[in-house]
Amino acid sequence: MRALPPGLRRYAALAGLCAAVVLVQVLLSALHAEQYLVQLTMAAWYSLVAVGLCLLMGHTGQVSMGHGGFLAIGGYASAVLTTLAIPAAGASGTALLLRSLGILAARQDPATGADALAVAPWAAFPCALLLAAAVAFLVGIPVLRLKGHYLAMATLAFGFIVSRLLLGLKFCGEADGISGIPAFRLFAGLAVSGKKALRVPNYYEAWAVVALACFLSVNLMGSRTGRALRAIHGDEEAAAAMGIDTARAKLSVFVLSAVLSALGGVGIAHFGGGIGPGEAAVLKSVRYVALVAAGGMGSLWGTLAVSSVLTFLSLRGVFGLYDDAVFGAILVAAMLFAPEGVPRALAGGARRAASLPRGRGRPA
Amino acid sequence: MDPVQVLQYILSGITSGAVYAVVGIGFDIVYSATGIINFAQGDFLMLGGMIAVSLAPHMPLSLAVFCAVAATGCVGVLLHVVFIRWLRSPAVLRLIILTIGLSILLREAALHVWDEKVRALPFFSGDETSSLAVLGARVSPQVLWVLAVAALIVAGLGLFFRLTLTGKAMRACASNASAARLCGVDASALVTLSFFLSAALGALAGCAVSPITQTSYDMGTPLAVKGFTCAVLGGLGSPTAAVAAGLLVGLVESFSVSVLPLAFKDVASLCILLAILVLRPQGLFAGGSRSLKGGNR
Repeated sequence: MRALPPGLRRYAALAGLCAAVVLVQVLLSALHAEQYLVQLTMAAWYSLVAVGLCLLMGHTGQVSMGHGGFLAIGGYASAVLTTLAIPAAGASGTALLLRSLGILAARQDPATGADALAVAPWAAFPCALLLAAAVAFLVGIPVLRLKGHYLAMATLAFGFIVSRLLLGLKFCGEADGISGIPAFRLFAGLAVSGKKALRVPNYYEAWAVVALACFLSVNLMGSRTGRALRAIHGDEEAAAAMGIDTARAKLSVFVLSAVLSALGGVGIAHFGGGIGPGEAAVLKSVRYVALVAAGGMGSLWGTLAVSSVLTFLSLRGVFGLYDDAVFGAILVAAMLFAPEGVPRALAGGARRAASLPRGRGRPA
Repeated sequence: MDPVQVLQYILSGITSGAVYAVVGIGFDIVYSATGIINFAQGDFLMLGGMIAVSLAPHMPLSLAVFCAVAATGCVGVLLHVVFIRWLRSPAVLRLIILTIGLSILLREAALHVWDEKVRALPFFSGDETSSLAVLGARVSPQVLWVLAVAALIVAGLGLFFRLTLTGKAMRACASNASAARLCGVDASALVTLSFFLSAALGALAGCAVSPITQTSYDMGTPLAVKGFTCAVLGGLGSPTAAVAAGLLVGLVESFSVSVLPLAFKDVASLCILLAILVLRPQGLFAGGSRSLKGGNR
């Protein structure tokens, strides 16, 4: 890796990610085990939250216990808009115009079976991201002034509020959530949908989005803004004294992480065809914190590795009844024994084990 | 709203407020001693209620409650000794995540030891049908028990911190740990004691409220958030102010039900939390109240 010029070195891990994604798909297809791709695809969408949280918590040092709320906002916004049931018969001129522009799409009203109109997924998509960004902006302005315990509790309360609202609002389907979300058609016959025939393309779509998010994060962290964020993590007052607009920097990374989470939510909603209020539950939000903590806080690749493996196992039901307990235990264990992250602790342990005999063989 | 209905709302608000206040006091005790916000505070109420419910069929109710309080206190001590005490100057973020993880482990342990069913202790006196008339409104005698327990906790703590040597030592540690250590106070033992106290008091409140609101494995986190609201509203570190704040939160919550749909009951109190955190993080009564830390920061 030393042969690489420094500008390219930071992308080496990204290339590794892409290689790993392809390798896993080829292996699974060769072994006729493509059913595992379903959970891996979902793991990719959920990992977007972890990537966003890694920027916020790991690099900027701002804890958020409510990012499940942003995932739910993105997912629900897209779900609500694409499952509207505007009656097609007797639709107004504007509706017909919007339909000819492709902003509204035809669908069947699930209740009556009549032809109806709903917002097309590609048009709902920016609305979902914008909504998440707007909420993050409005919540972030006051809340990010807080520090430590106060910030943790405030974001926890935000997550609670989102989850209670989703449970209480009729158009969000209350406890049942929203089902029957249409496929998100992309170009050239590709779509984000749970169709069995589309398993492989869906897997690549989801991981391509993750890779893109990682590419953006790597670039961001290597930039002036990234250095400002790390300075805030180190010492906020000192960063402010150096002339960094800390409030603005924190707010932008908060909004960015919320948008990444909402992106994951949109993916989950269209891939699974449904979304429920459980996505905003406090335990879900805490789970993302566990992933980032176990991944080593500031380590993007560590977070991604831990997040994809653990989310995959959890979605496969490997942990059974102990699903939440496993994540709680991971939180505690990571904070007690490996505050710098499990991957790094493992690597450090391996390095120590490898260097020990060599050190004995060659006395200085 | 007719006056009787208002009174009914007030009484139910005071009842839940008293419970939030006790959770808030638990936060205060540990925070003053250590600067830690123990996110598992709400789970102590759940644990106390659950243990007492399990013991109640086999022994007199008072003994069951006593055992539950003692056992939960020991759990608090264990949490501190096993998970926190030996860490060397851990960062705040690390402690936040650690205690949140402990809170999850406690509730998951409760889920597996008991189950997801909602349980309740028998009423301390009378049963669910008995009621007292208070100025025309009907109250369950258990409401009076809850208020009495909360009052007892506040008064007992006040006496403990002012009159006993241990209580004075805890206050000394809270205001300046290294100076207290120079005077021969074993600071880390007192921190463990503060975990015992907050867990035991939480368990006592959890038992008192169990007949009215029932006990379930997942009640901890919402209680912790509301208790924290009270603690902050009272200016972190001052139990008496936390009681006033608790009553306020309870009243707002119970009156919000008359305006908002029931599903949004929690939203009201959580919005208070957000507003307080942003507008008056030093608490409502900052300046006027006597805090455990002694004086204002």
